[in-house]
Amino acid sequence: MTNLAIKEYITAHAPEATYDETGEWLTIMVESNHLKPLAAVLHGQPMQLDFLFCLTCVDYKTHLTMVYHLTSTSNRNINIVLKANVDRADPIIETVSDLWRTAEFLEREVFEMFGVDFLHHPDLRKLILEEDFKGYPLRKDFEDPINMIKL
Amino acid sequence: MYNQTEIIKDTTDLGPEGELIVNMGPQHPATHGVLHLVVTLNGETIKKIEPHLGYIHRSIEKMCESLTYRQFIYVTSRMDYLSSHINNTACALLVEKGMQIEVPERAKVVRTILNELTRIASHELWIGAMAMDLGAFTPFFYAFREREMITDIMEDTCGARLTMNYIVPGGLMYDIHPEFQTKVKAFIKQFKEKVTEYEDLVTGNVIFQSRTKGVGILTASDAISYGCTGPVARGSGVNCDIRKIAPYDAYDRVEFDEIIETAGDSFARYMVRVKEMNQSIRIIEQLIDNIPEGDFVGKTKNVLKLAKGEFYQRVETARGELGVYIVSEGGTTPHRIKFRSPGFSNLSVLNHIAKGSKIGDLMATMGTLDLVIPDIDR
Amino acid sequence: MLSLESITKTTQDWLFAKFSPQIALTIECVIVILLAITLFAVLGLVLVLLERKVAARIQIRLGPNRVGPGGIFQTAADTLKLIMKEGLTPDAADKFLFNLAPFIVMMVAMLLLAPIAFAKNFQIWDINIGVLYISSVSSLSVIGILMAGWASNNKYSLLGAMRSGAQIVSYELSAGFAVLTIVVLTGSLQISDIVAAQENGWWLFKGHIPVIIAFVLYIIAVTAETNRAPFDLAEAESELTAGFHTEYSGMKFALFFLAEYINIFIVCAIGATLFLGGWMPLHIGHWENFNHVMDYIPSSVWFMVKTFFLIFLIMWFRWTFPRLRVDQLLNLEWKYLLPISLFNLLLVTVIAIMGWYF
Repeated sequence: MTNLAIKEYITAHAPEATYDETGEWLTIMVESNHLKPLAAVLHGQPMQLDFLFCLTCVDYKTHLTMVYHLTSTSNRNINIVLKANVDRADPIIETVSDLWRTAEFLEREVFEMFGVDFLHHPDLRKLILEEDFKGYPLRKDFEDPINMIKL
Repeated sequence: MYNQTEIIKDTTDLGPEGELIVNMGPQHPATHGVLHLVVTLNGETIKKIEPHLGYIHRSIEKMCESLTYRQFIYVTSRMDYLSSHINNTACALLVEKGMQIEVPERAKVVRTILNELTRIASHELWIGAMAMDLGAFTPFFYAFREREMITDIMEDTCGARLTMNYIVPGGLMYDIHPEFQTKVKAFIKQFKEKVTEYEDLVTGNVIFQSRTKGVGILTASDAISYGCTGPVARGSGVNCDIRKIAPYDAYDRVEFDEIIETAGDSFARYMVRVKEMNQSIRIIEQLIDNIPEGDFVGKTKNVLKLAKGEFYQRVETARGELGVYIVSEGGTTPHRIKFRSPGFSNLSVLNHIAKGSKIGDLMATMGTLDLVIPDIDR
Repeated sequence: MLSLESITKTTQDWLFAKFSPQIALTIECVIVILLAITLFAVLGLVLVLLERKVAARIQIRLGPNRVGPGGIFQTAADTLKLIMKEGLTPDAADKFLFNLAPFIVMMVAMLLLAPIAFAKNFQIWDINIGVLYISSVSSLSVIGILMAGWASNNKYSLLGAMRSGAQIVSYELSAGFAVLTIVVLTGSLQISDIVAAQENGWWLFKGHIPVIIAFVLYIIAVTAETNRAPFDLAEAESELTAGFHTEYSGMKFALFFLAEYINIFIVCAIGATLFLGGWMPLHIGHWENFNHVMDYIPSSVWFMVKTFFLIFLIMWFRWTFPRLRVDQLLNLEWKYLLPISLFNLLLVTVIAIMGWYF
């Protein structure tokens, strides 16, 4: 599948998606509420992007962006980056852990580090930090005067 | 003499159906570091495993946001300390990709050799530790005999034995040691002679086989869904070797096989690693006599600045796929950096595959997942 | 020739000549107790050092080599360290049972010493049911282990104790049947009779294949009974940290440790007595000269050499094999060893009745 064919296929399912081809891989930008249906489409036939190899979040100070790196184990040449912006003050997005089980742990990490709330996540608790930890360490405005080293 | 209230107090941390809840770790001989597993037991049978992480979380990702592109590589040696060369390589490759730095051939070949030596060293340590988890102490010392030769080579090359920090953006920090080639050849010779000893001690052992065969079965679809990579996924028959899928450095010009086992049990994962060591030897043999002359480091600017954008680099560490994801705003430090560590995904599958087995099986399963805790916590 | 037999005889004669019988007996008892305790201490030190040295040789390293020449005082130094350590008792433990358990384990090991013939006519108590005594008393050690596991109030300890209980009780059967084969052949439970029956050849050699099977079964069963690798599930350190003695420290831990090694010594001594002729020297058919030379070696040396050979065998197992899983361990006993030993006993009985042994 070429990038063009992928784009056509995705546009048929998610017309509002925007594309960015400047990077190494094709990047698809969607609204946060359209992410889950599109992820399901990509996971299913014929794309079969069954391997979520990276899930993370980026803090752009004005908003948070969820980033999903997808590939297919049957066709390793397809690599797609899926992105969705979420509101920084009230970050809510649907979980993808029912499609890719690895997302369960990765989303828990994002939950504690960025405070993104994943709807319908089976077990959304802190994984690495203590239960009573305040704040979201990987957000840009997080300050810890004792433990952080700044240049 | 008999203080009843205190004894009853301890029984309160039983599970809802009266199961026994055992805390394995953070100080436990089998968790190799500070992994904390909360294991719910019904007698000897495991009902649920819940990992508690964070005992060695140093927030490397946050730390890297305030380090320059030259500095952040040294932090990554501390992630998966058994494949520090490979971690360094991933970061160097990413910076080279972002700045289009030309890497000299010599550096590429030396990097590949060092990466493969690191892989062998890591697997050697794993064999010893895994056998120790199963109660056999002796293989540990046999494995360390060969590993010692590799660490000696590393010491000659860069002065360090564990956290190398030898690979820099653009190539290598120094040229290789004059005796590098002879020492590596001596190691290959020794390794080929001695690898049969592991086979005798471990692989062919009836007790070892009965402890690992059919234990902790991971199906291919689960391996994909849980994002398993490296020997764990290849033991279940999933092609996932980044060295084949997206070759970097000198991997595109060497011949080697991607080891695939289909059984998906602990023994298959064990066999993948044992055979992988032989493939690593094969790669090193092809390259060791053909190290090109020339510069060991390419021309780079003093201050490295990545262009605005996003970069992702994947490499195959001894444990699986390590991904480095950098979001750059164009400055000297990354805006956001994410390490996709293989151990994190491999750990997430533990509850799924060890559920329903005995405590003894948990050691075999956990051992073959080859978890390195600093890699999981980062 | 100076032998242990003559020393004991002279001592006894002298004591009974000098004192009234009651006092003489009391003094004898004190001497025996002192000797037993000394033997325990020395054996503990020697066996631990031996184990470390054997392990080191198998694992291509040197082992202890700093304290004293060749490291021979290493275990003495370790004991000193353990004595000086604080014996912690956990808050939530059942303190009475917790402190009692190591002594029970130790006491059982000490009681087992009574019927063992260390040399010709050198035996504390030649009880007429010697073998029965040993197999019944040795099963008491499981009480001490269960007590330790339960009283520690620690989940690892409890799991270890439960495993140990299941294991010792099961493997006792095989060990018992293996011992019975020799009893059937000899027709006596008395240790001195069993040794005397092997004057013209050890049971291992003159008992045909069934006795060799019984010997192998015995070694496997006692390895399991003493909680040694590959059957060390009770203290499987990669699974249960240290099993039933997780919470013990200082001298109380040392007692468990010592009892383990004493038990190994005792089961090996019994194995040597039953299968390898105890203190009987090695005699080969009609080689008169050879037999005379062998006779010249003191009987106590023969006994110790045989025992330490078996101890070495058991240590060899430990440093070569991985550990079994708990269900595999019980499968091995109930599905393989027990049927084999039952059938084997039957075979030996036939041999004994028909007089087919040499």
